[in-house]
Amino acid sequence: MKPLSHLQIDFMGRRKLAFIVSALMLIVSIGALAFQQLNLGLDFTGGTLIEVRYGAAPSLDAIRQLMVESGFRDVSVQTFGASTEVLIRLQQAFDPDVGSDVVNLLRTSGESVNLVRAEFVGAQVGDQLRDQSGLGLMVALGVVMLYVAFRFQYKFAIGALLALLHDVIIVVGIFALFQLEFDLTVLAAILAVIGYSLNDTIVVYDRIRETIRTSHIDNMPQIFNEAINATLSRTLATSGTTMLVLVALLLLGGDMIENFAIALLIGIGVGTFSSIYISGALLLPLKLSREDLIPTRKVVDEEEEELP
Amino acid sequence: MLNRYPLWKYLLILVVLVVGLIYSLPNLFPADPAIQLSSAQGETLELRQVQRVESALEENGIAVKASEQENGQWLIRLRSDEDQLSARDIAADVLGGNATVALNLAEATPGWLQAFSASPMTLGLDLRGGVHFLLEVDMDAALAQRLEVNASAMRELLRSERIRYRNTDVEGRTLSIDFASSEDRDNARRLISRDFPNFDYASEGSDRASRLVMTLSDQTVSEIQDYAINQNLTTLRNRVNELGVAEPMVQRQGPSQIVVELPGVQDTVAAKRIVGATANLEFRLEARNDTPTAETETHVFRNDSARSAELMRDVIITGDSVSSASNSFDENGRPQVNINLDGTGGTLMNRATRTNIGRNMAVLFIEHKSEDTVVTDPETGEETIEREPYVERGLISLATIQSALGNSFRITGLDSPTEAAELALLLRSGSLAAPIYFVQERTIGPSLGAENIERGLLSVQIGLLLVVLFMLARYKVFGIFANVALALNLTLLVAVMSMLGATLTLPGIAGIVLTLGMAVDANVLIFERIREELRNGLSIQQAIHAGYERAFTSIVDANITTLLVAVILFSIGTGPVKGFAVTLSIGILTSMFTALMVTRAMVNLTYGSKPVKKLWI
Repeated sequence: MKPLSHLQIDFMGRRKLAFIVSALMLIVSIGALAFQQLNLGLDFTGGTLIEVRYGAAPSLDAIRQLMVESGFRDVSVQTFGASTEVLIRLQQAFDPDVGSDVVNLLRTSGESVNLVRAEFVGAQVGDQLRDQSGLGLMVALGVVMLYVAFRFQYKFAIGALLALLHDVIIVVGIFALFQLEFDLTVLAAILAVIGYSLNDTIVVYDRIRETIRTSHIDNMPQIFNEAINATLSRTLATSGTTMLVLVALLLLGGDMIENFAIALLIGIGVGTFSSIYISGALLLPLKLSREDLIPTRKVVDEEEEELP
Repeated sequence: MLNRYPLWKYLLILVVLVVGLIYSLPNLFPADPAIQLSSAQGETLELRQVQRVESALEENGIAVKASEQENGQWLIRLRSDEDQLSARDIAADVLGGNATVALNLAEATPGWLQAFSASPMTLGLDLRGGVHFLLEVDMDAALAQRLEVNASAMRELLRSERIRYRNTDVEGRTLSIDFASSEDRDNARRLISRDFPNFDYASEGSDRASRLVMTLSDQTVSEIQDYAINQNLTTLRNRVNELGVAEPMVQRQGPSQIVVELPGVQDTVAAKRIVGATANLEFRLEARNDTPTAETETHVFRNDSARSAELMRDVIITGDSVSSASNSFDENGRPQVNINLDGTGGTLMNRATRTNIGRNMAVLFIEHKSEDTVVTDPETGEETIEREPYVERGLISLATIQSALGNSFRITGLDSPTEAAELALLLRSGSLAAPIYFVQERTIGPSLGAENIERGLLSVQIGLLLVVLFMLARYKVFGIFANVALALNLTLLVAVMSMLGATLTLPGIAGIVLTLGMAVDANVLIFERIREELRNGLSIQQAIHAGYERAFTSIVDANITTLLVAVILFSIGTGPVKGFAVTLSIGILTSMFTALMVTRAMVNLTYGSKPVKKLWI
């Protein structure tokens, strides 16, 4: 047996450890989701959000008090980025004029207040969005599974799906655990994580398929090890460049896409781990064998003919 | 021969790159802040007036870059963003009430690029500031309105055929009429079903409890809903145009929602009053003393709730028949609205007034409003907000018909000149076919927009720099190839987005940054494979060839799956998600082209069909 790469790490030998680590992360994530719940953003809950910029850093307590005295309920006041920028959230929905009312109210104390943005989302839109997003996530996973089943084999599709669910649950779980705000851009990030992690998984699978066809041994763990080791430097290089860019986005992109960058960073970290460990190792309990790839023999022959 | 491209492939790549360069270039010329002047009557302003504005601006220390006339409007380009707001106020002061002054961003694309019809990407609201509304069209009300119109016509028909009916009732999508006998009901059914084929008919009860139940068919319901949305879109476009906003967007979203985006607008209250106004007029006759109560309704006066009048339920015409309207003052200095009716409206009005000289005619002001109440579910304790729509009708005038009215007349009885002006605007731009409600609203200040652009650009630059350094350190000469491909990828991505007229948003910039990180993936796959083949003992030329060939299926599979996700994102997403999906999808396609074709071409040109001793990879 000729080594396919200069690096040979016995990934499959340590798969029990990897499963335990994954299981722990999943338990913590699901626990966080169940007990803490997601800190859903305005896009999903509905309500009003007003961002204002003061000339000088204001006292948040004073603003809170002023708001409550003027009859606003469920007021949350916090600084946003700089100490002069204040974000005010109100749970009261369906009063589109509240934005200008609040700015006028804050101006009465004689300070210079400028409206940076005001957002108002009706509760109904939030519900609709939540349903739509859930549906979108399901459709995305379903379509991807079909594609993998068609290009590879259904056991690969199950492995890929479980790996993706693993990634999504952990990212969402971490958002619940640290109570980071989950808004529409974070949802977009999670869908991007699905795309990205799948990309990784497919590259590993592609190599597993190739190794199964070209090698003459039937020892699956050994074949998987070779395939994963062969793609390891690529996996790390791509994750590396993407994460470099994401760190730039996180540090420089501004407050509005901070959570987006965090979600992607976590997702790509977990996705890289899962494409090495989960999606490959999962094929072992699924009892993937050489015979599983025989129905695709015809396709295989055509592809091989193109090679030199 | 290994690693050689036929000439046509090099030419194809060259053509794509040149086209990409041309169409991405306009983005390097930032748009000028400008104010846009147009006369309220839709004519072009005279040069003299524009010169007066220019000199007024200069007196106030605002530098004017250029002014030009285009499509009947004048654009005055300014040097600085900060001057834009004060320039608008100055221009509005100079020109007075008969001109509309709006903020605009004027394209600064040089003429030779415009010759290719190249233009820069449009910036989303989050990058340039403005307001965003999401409106929900009340479909139930649209149905109810249509049924009321039908009911009115049916009553007319029954009266003319001397069939006696007792009561008409509209509920959901059904309309029912009560009769005193089965015979009347059957006669009515025969008559009505001939004229109104869109209903499904059913007869209920008999004798004194006879009832004719008419239900709209599914197809008719969806036709009415489509009509309501499209009519509302047209009306909203007219209204937004009257506001004088540059580059507004009014678009349907989903089955019953409409998105309105007004770039540059900061005064949401005024914008909302005009966009969301559902005011309309109804002209009705006052009831006679002997009119049966089933045919009358009582309405109070808007400015005096103690006064009321008994009106006929049948409407002569509504504001929809108005072809033009303007506001002015009557002899006593009170505000009035001058109305011109269209052909059909004029005929109807003439017919109704000719035969009723001496009777009173009422003008009803109608407004659709909604009220929110917080409802607590007794079982779960969950609070939900229920919206209860209601219609406010108030009399604005009740005047004796002195003579038959024609196409044009005037109405008085309005509270203030502002109300008269807004009513005229609303009648001019057409009424909404169904009431609308604001369900979402975003205002983004211009400073936040500028900041977002600045930060977005900075993170693109830094991210790009980091990736470039990484690739150079890891793949040396091949790193240079990958970096050139990356730069070309960015160019192509921007070019395609500009050509498609896609809107660049903040999540879109995030999508570009992410694409940059992922774009090198294909090259990494290929280069790693080449290294591996070299280790396996293949010759350099064979290793390059095998590297590209063997990595190909991985690259295609991996990118297609990501593309599938991006397309799903686009189809279900709204706003920010859509912007992100667009850049991600285009980025995947362009990065596949640059990674597979462009780097291969560079590698072939450098190493192909030459003896190579060592590969710097």
